[in-house]
Amino acid sequence: MNEIPATEREILLDARGPRPAIEAPVSREKSVLRAAFERPWVRAVAPLCFVLIIGAVFNAQGTFFKWGTHRDMLRQVSVYGILACGMTLVIITGGIDLAVGSILGVCAVIFSILSIHLGWSAWTAVPLVILAGTTCGLLSGGMVARFRMQPFIATLAVMVFARGLAKWVSGGQKISSAVLNPDGSYKYVDLPRIFSALDHKILGENIAVVTLIFLACIGVCRVLLARLRWGRYFYATGGNEEAARLSGIPIQGVKLLAYGMSGLLSAVAGICQAVQEQQGDPEAGSTYELSAIAIVVMGGTSLNGGRGGMLFTLVGAMTIGYLEKILSINAVGEASRLMLTGSIIVAAVLFQRVRK
Amino acid sequence: MGVSSAGEANSSHAAARIEPDPALLAMTGISKSFSGVPVLRDVCFDLRPGEVHVLAGENGAGKSTLMKIAAGVHTDYEGQIALLGLPVRFTSPQDAASRGISVIHQEMSLIDSMSVVDNIFLGREVTRGATARQWTDRSAQLRKAREFCEQLDLDIDLSRLVEDYSLSVKNRIEIAKALAFNARIFIMDEPTSALSGPEVEKLFALVAQLKARGCGIIYITHRMEEIYRIADRITVLRDGRHVGTARAADLPEAQLIRWMIGRELSRQFPVRRTAVGAVRLEVDGLSVPKPGGSSWLVRKVSLSVQAGEIVGLAGLQGSGNSELLWGIFGAYGKLQQGKVAIDGRPFDIHSPRRSVQQGLAYLTSDRKGTGLILGLGVAQNITLASLEAVSPSLWMRRSMEWQIADRHVRALGIRAADVRQEVATLSGGNQQKVALAKWIETRPRVLLLDEPTRGVDVGSKHEIYELMTRWTRDGFAILMITSEMPELLGLADRIVVMHRGRVTARLDHAEATQERILKAAMADELV
Repeated sequence: MNEIPATEREILLDARGPRPAIEAPVSREKSVLRAAFERPWVRAVAPLCFVLIIGAVFNAQGTFFKWGTHRDMLRQVSVYGILACGMTLVIITGGIDLAVGSILGVCAVIFSILSIHLGWSAWTAVPLVILAGTTCGLLSGGMVARFRMQPFIATLAVMVFARGLAKWVSGGQKISSAVLNPDGSYKYVDLPRIFSALDHKILGENIAVVTLIFLACIGVCRVLLARLRWGRYFYATGGNEEAARLSGIPIQGVKLLAYGMSGLLSAVAGICQAVQEQQGDPEAGSTYELSAIAIVVMGGTSLNGGRGGMLFTLVGAMTIGYLEKILSINAVGEASRLMLTGSIIVAAVLFQRVRK
Repeated sequence: MGVSSAGEANSSHAAARIEPDPALLAMTGISKSFSGVPVLRDVCFDLRPGEVHVLAGENGAGKSTLMKIAAGVHTDYEGQIALLGLPVRFTSPQDAASRGISVIHQEMSLIDSMSVVDNIFLGREVTRGATARQWTDRSAQLRKAREFCEQLDLDIDLSRLVEDYSLSVKNRIEIAKALAFNARIFIMDEPTSALSGPEVEKLFALVAQLKARGCGIIYITHRMEEIYRIADRITVLRDGRHVGTARAADLPEAQLIRWMIGRELSRQFPVRRTAVGAVRLEVDGLSVPKPGGSSWLVRKVSLSVQAGEIVGLAGLQGSGNSELLWGIFGAYGKLQQGKVAIDGRPFDIHSPRRSVQQGLAYLTSDRKGTGLILGLGVAQNITLASLEAVSPSLWMRRSMEWQIADRHVRALGIRAADVRQEVATLSGGNQQKVALAKWIETRPRVLLLDEPTRGVDVGSKHEIYELMTRWTRDGFAILMITSEMPELLGLADRIVVMHRGRVTARLDHAEATQERILKAAMADELV
């Protein structure tokens, strides 16, 4: 190896004459607006702006302009957003993770049992729950990476299994501060401090702790994707798995890491969900996987893999969050709200596809 | 009609004026630009019944765009198109197809998971039924399909799935499909790029049949031999302009190359003075089993490559030469039989990852499918196989990455606006150079090159030859597969010929001739 680099560098540095003429790929005649919409982040932010304008118009007697509305929106979207972080990682590698909602449920239940019923301290309960979520994620990842199962099938299986696990662990009961005694009566215990600490608004009641956790998750995943070597592995694997494999990229490791991270983040979301509901509901997180996918897609990350990013997911989470919030402050009924949300997701994705 | 040559601007009009009889297809004054960038300027082209009209030019000359206009893909263009003298303006590819224009794609347009007969009648099902004729008439379809296939000497089971058949059969199924659509104009864009020698012969025989039926064939190819074997007339485009149209007989090869590149290629292959060094790659009795099967793709192959040497690995379709490289590189995983050594040290075939770390590099023949990650940028693709070097501590060093990419862009003459430009938007030749740069950046000891110039324009081909020559001078060992005979004869110091997974000949540069290579490639025994 040693003899090649020296000579090799020489030939590469021995540039052949002047630099090749640069071909102009984009014409200046193209309208500025159109050129702008070819940038992915513009296409991601445009639906958000649209939703914000709607909010400004239908502001429910000024409610929309109060910071509290925005704070609550951020708090309400946080759990979905944390799931969407993991979902983004998986989707960029070309997969999909349907198990996030169920893993959230399992983790919410386990966390509640450990900390409310068994009185474990948060320092042991939280890591253990995160370990449990990560294990579930690695289970999906192992099936996808090692046995080459289709992600949809593998994670569907884990989704069903984890929901069952949540019901088995909890005995089908919501795990709350009301503990069932052997004689059938209820005993009420105090909620541990971790519950109030996380379900809390800080900085003069201006931002919720769960929102900060959500933003931290975005930040960590963003660093992973955009700054670390493994992030490049993620994009390469999603962009062209075979080419990535032949370039020496450990694609099995990439998949394990992606699903493992998704499981880990689902556990974090599960803890947040439990503290917000002040109980561990074995049904918690049903259909949340679909909301997480909607957020990722709304941000403009391609379901085909290889394209997208964490900040897009942040924008997607805010778009969906504002949409829900605006509909609810205007007292739109649930039926219309669901129909409107569905339509707007389609419209936004269609809009983002408009290129050329 | 004589040679209407490159007096440039007016020559294209001259070509059209001289033409007396009504052409199958006549395109005059075609101009087209993409978002302001002109790609075709005042181009004329015509196709007569019963002729093969080769459309030649480097990549990016505008051939594909012109053909897409002819096939109704691009509908916003300037100029006129006439079919049999009648002016037309296609509104869609379906419209063009219904008027008898058929495109035989480089990438197949058949649906693998459907039967042959369903593919042939796709979108044009033969139907029956009392009121709405909504029932597919399967027996009528089968009968008709059999007719078309018989005309093409295609003896296959029509109810089997298309995926069961080889590329060459698929090619003919596609032509049968076109005949079912009553096509008279066939546009073939590099139809032989994935075919082996005998399969190419079959295709040419078919083309002759189509000619005899009065069809016209527009044929795009980068292979010089093919042009002169098949062409009745040749039209050359360069930079979106019509350079000239001439009968093949009136256009010598040197002149054609001049038209295509606007400069004389003094010698096609660089002269190499081989200073052969120590043995870098030694393969001893390597066998590659068929994945999941009991048969062998490669059987007990031994060969060696020395530093500074190019060894050519010849063979027709199914010879197992690609599979041999695939196997050496570890893309099939561990192999039970045979030994490989790099620089005299035993090399444990394990995975592509291990191979890259041990100094192997493998340029695959399919750069879009297995070579590049099209959605990523130039720089990201170049550093893909050497990311450890760019991120020693997991943390990506972007400026270092861009420097590396910039160095390769300069050294290899990659024409890109920016190192962040998506490789999907580059031309074939530039994409290939990016793929090469990716492997050179890993500082390999041995380069395995599978069809390094496939789908690459003439100018880039020549640049790639120069690069390979330079790399051998610097002590790389190159094991190269190419299906182009001149390339094999012009570049390789030694040639190893394979047939059905076995080595059938080992030839020195001096003793290698086309005849000997072809004979060995078709022989079962060592010759």
